[in-house]
Amino acid sequence: MEIKNDRMYTKSHEWVLFENDTTATVGLSDFAQSELGDLVFVNLPQVGDAVTAGQSFADVESVKTVSDVFSPVTGVVAAVNEALLDAPQLINENAYGAWLVKVENITGREELLDASAYRALVEK
Amino acid sequence: MSETETLLKTPLYAMHVRYCGKIVPFAGYLLPVQYETGVMKEHQAVRENVGLFDVSHMGEVLFVGPDALANIQHLLCNDFTSLQDGRVRYSPMLNPRGGVIDDVLVYRFSLAKYLVVVNAANRHKDVAHMLSARTGDVKIADISDSLCQLALQGPKAEALLGTLVPESMIPQKYYSFIPDVSVGGVNCLVSRTGYTGEDGFEFYAAAGDAEKLFAALLAAGQPFGLALCGLGCRDTLRMEAAMPLYGHEMDDTVSPLETGLGRYVKMEKADFIGKQALLAAGEPKRARIGLKMLGRGIAREHFPVYAGDQPIGHNTSGTFCPTVGPVAMALVDAKYQTVGNRLSVEIRGSRVEAEIVPLPFYTRQK
Repeated sequence: MEIKNDRMYTKSHEWVLFENDTTATVGLSDFAQSELGDLVFVNLPQVGDAVTAGQSFADVESVKTVSDVFSPVTGVVAAVNEALLDAPQLINENAYGAWLVKVENITGREELLDASAYRALVEK
Repeated sequence: MSETETLLKTPLYAMHVRYCGKIVPFAGYLLPVQYETGVMKEHQAVRENVGLFDVSHMGEVLFVGPDALANIQHLLCNDFTSLQDGRVRYSPMLNPRGGVIDDVLVYRFSLAKYLVVVNAANRHKDVAHMLSARTGDVKIADISDSLCQLALQGPKAEALLGTLVPESMIPQKYYSFIPDVSVGGVNCLVSRTGYTGEDGFEFYAAAGDAEKLFAALLAAGQPFGLALCGLGCRDTLRMEAAMPLYGHEMDDTVSPLETGLGRYVKMEKADFIGKQALLAAGEPKRARIGLKMLGRGIAREHFPVYAGDQPIGHNTSGTFCPTVGPVAMALVDAKYQTVGNRLSVEIRGSRVEAEIVPLPFYTRQK
């Protein structure tokens, strides 16, 4: 399982990669995609939607289950990765490339873990 | 399932762990929902090549004695008088209210010996019911724990089996079986049955031989692209084939006529448990339909189904199926069952449009 050192993680297995203090990209960790199994459906917010740290902003579905995706930050959706709507398996293939949303105007953050703290969490 | 309830392991549990199965509780057993390959590729392997499933959780009940047939006829709503030795027949088993206790497969060895294969979750309830209804000279024995069951499913299953046994030991007709076939040195009952909508076989053998049989099939399967398959694709495969699953398409409160199993209910039989209730109920008021989602979303079990603003029923199963996409089966008011009708399914607060399509969703090319 891959954990990239260039970004931060939530305890609920999202990753967040900051461009600067107020702009970041958000996705699902490799651990999350592996636990979920083959993804077959993704529901994403729209550009301009507000997201709140710790609150669900999207959902992903495998054959078996629906899972909420929680926002690592509070801000406004600046872009959504629409390629995922038709090809959710991109998340399984490359969890760190298949970002879900870009968030701007960030004003708050969930408790975030660096790569080594996140590795400790998932290897527990 | 309460945490205090002990989960059982099939004789192949160590194999599932060795081959990195993702283990989940199912019907009281610890079974792999998938292996490393994943549900989508496991499903595809069964549609295109061949897949191997551990279905040892299934229950097996032997009926032996001069009154075996009379007991089967009374317990089950299908007709078994015409069933020949070496053949298999499906039937619902009803309660006196006409609801479904379980759906079973019946293997006839002789007029005085039948094997009834039941769902794992219903096994104890079924056996209690069978014993309470028992009449005359018949022994009814639950032999589930002494057996393993494996399913080899897919268009290449027959060619694979042909590398392990002589052609005369391969059951030729669908729903036929041969007892006492040596497969990789293991004595098996082999039947041409399955729960995937593909050609294939099921093997019953002594529990102690499970690993040997599993290893023989796995090794013989390598040139055929065999995939180890978990419960996840077992569900998507049976769903595409519109095979009903107990606890979903039917239960103790659903009539077999409502859930589309009418062809397995022989009302002309003199009597069977549940017949009077079915007669009293008359024409079924609900029907099982197939839904193809037109809008975005996956309509899952229990989600409500609407015709316009009118709630008319609920989904009994629903998921994303690898071969046919997002589909569902639903039990709805019978007057809305016409193929082509547009309905909607409520998915977490939003209504998503769906169209009634014929069942099954998938039929194999023969």
